[in-house]
Amino acid sequence: MDIFIWLFDLTVCAVMVLLAAQSLMVKDLFWAIVSYILFGLSLALVWARLGAPDVALAEAAIGAGLTGALLLTTAAAISQVTEKH
Amino acid sequence: MDTRTFFLYAVAGVVLFGIGFHGILFCRNLVRKVLALNLMGAGIFLVFVALSTRAPSGTPDPVPQAMVLTGIVVAVSATALMLALIRRLYRETGFTELPCDLED
Amino acid sequence: MDSSGWAVGSRLGAVLIAVIVGLVGYAVWTFPSEFSGLSDHAIAELQHAGTSNPVTAVLLNYRSYDTLLEMAVLLLAVLAAWALVGGGVNEVCLVSEVSNPVLRGFVRVMTPLSILVSAHLLWLGDHAPGGAFQAGAILASAGVVLFMAGIDWSHKLPAWLERVLLTIGLFAFTGVGIVLMLTGRSFLEYPPATAKWLILMIEVFCGVSIAAALVSVFLGGRLRSRQTVLKKGS
Repeated sequence: MDIFIWLFDLTVCAVMVLLAAQSLMVKDLFWAIVSYILFGLSLALVWARLGAPDVALAEAAIGAGLTGALLLTTAAAISQVTEKH
Repeated sequence: MDTRTFFLYAVAGVVLFGIGFHGILFCRNLVRKVLALNLMGAGIFLVFVALSTRAPSGTPDPVPQAMVLTGIVVAVSATALMLALIRRLYRETGFTELPCDLED
Repeated sequence: MDSSGWAVGSRLGAVLIAVIVGLVGYAVWTFPSEFSGLSDHAIAELQHAGTSNPVTAVLLNYRSYDTLLEMAVLLLAVLAAWALVGGGVNEVCLVSEVSNPVLRGFVRVMTPLSILVSAHLLWLGDHAPGGAFQAGAILASAGVVLFMAGIDWSHKLPAWLERVLLTIGLFAFTGVGIVLMLTGRSFLEYPPATAKWLILMIEVFCGVSIAAALVSVFLGGRLRSRQTVLKKGS
C-alpha cells in the first residue's frame, strides 16, 4: 500500500514538473496555455494530497479555471487583431 | 505526513520555482512571461503547503494554507493586471514580445 | 548588443538561476522534518473563533487584515484593467457568436447548478472546506462560461449596481470593523457570541464582490458588457 502511495506521489510530481516545463517550451501559445491549465489541475490534486482541501478547491476554480480563461482571452485578443492587419 | 513525502513535494516546489525563474529571464513573449511568473508563484505555494504538513499531531497547520489561499487570489489579480497591460501595449504598439537585440 | 554579449548575458542568467535555486533547495533541505508551527495555537483558539474550519478561522478571524487587504488588491486590479482596457465584451465572446445550441442548452442547465454549489460552499465554509473565495470563484466561472457560450447577461446591468457589486465586500468588511471599534473593541475583533454570524455576513458580501471582480477582469475591467461591440463583431 505504502509503495503505491509513493508511486502516486512520484508520478504526480513528475507530471506537474513536465507540464510546467512544457508550458514554457512548446512553440504555440495556445498549447502553452492549455499546458498551464493542465498544470493547475495537477496542482489542485497535489493540494488535496497534502491535506489542504480548501486550497485545492480554490486552485481548481481560480488557478486552473479563471486564470486559464483570462489567458486564452488575451491570446485571442492579440491574435485576432493580428489577423485583421 | 511522512518525511519523504514532505521532501518530495518541497523539492518539486523548488524545481517549479527554478523553471518559472528561467522562463522570466529567457522567454521573450510577454504572455509566456506571465505564465512563468505564475509557475514561480505555484512553486513557492507548494513549498509552503508542504511545510504545513510537518505538524507532529498529523493535522496540517492551517496558517500557511490560509496564506496560500490569499496568495492564489492575489496571484490571479496580478495576472489580470499584467494581461491588461499586455493588451494595452499591443493596442498601442503592436508588440507582444520584447525586442530582440540579437539582430542589431 | 552583439551575439557574444547575449551569450555572456544568458550564461550569467543561468548561473544566477543555479545559485538562487541551489540556495532555496539547501534551505528546504535543512528544514526540520517535524515542526508544529502555529497550528496548536490556531486549533486551541478555535472555540472562540466562530467557525470550526481552521482555515476559515485564520482567513476571517485571526488574520482578517490579510483578507481585507486582499479584497482591496482585487478591486485595484479591476480598476487598473478598467483604465487600461476600457471594459466591454471580450474577444472570446465574439468568436463564440456562432456557438452551438448544445453548448447553450448545457450552460442553461449548469448555471443554476453552479449558483447552488456556490451558495452551498459558502455555507459549508463554516465547518468544512469551502468559504467565500471558493464560492466567489465558482459564481464567477458560471458568469464567464455564460459569456463563452455567447449569452450576454450583463449588458443591462445599471452602472450603479456594477459599482455596488464590485465594492460591497470591501465596504462591508471595513464597516463591520468600524462598528466593532465603536462598541469598544479593536478593529475586526469579533465578540465570540456573534462571531459566527459576522463572519458569515462578511463572507456573503466578499463572495459577491470576488465573483464580480473576477468576471470584470475577464470582461476587460467592467462587469457591464457593451452589446454594441458584440453586434459589430458578429
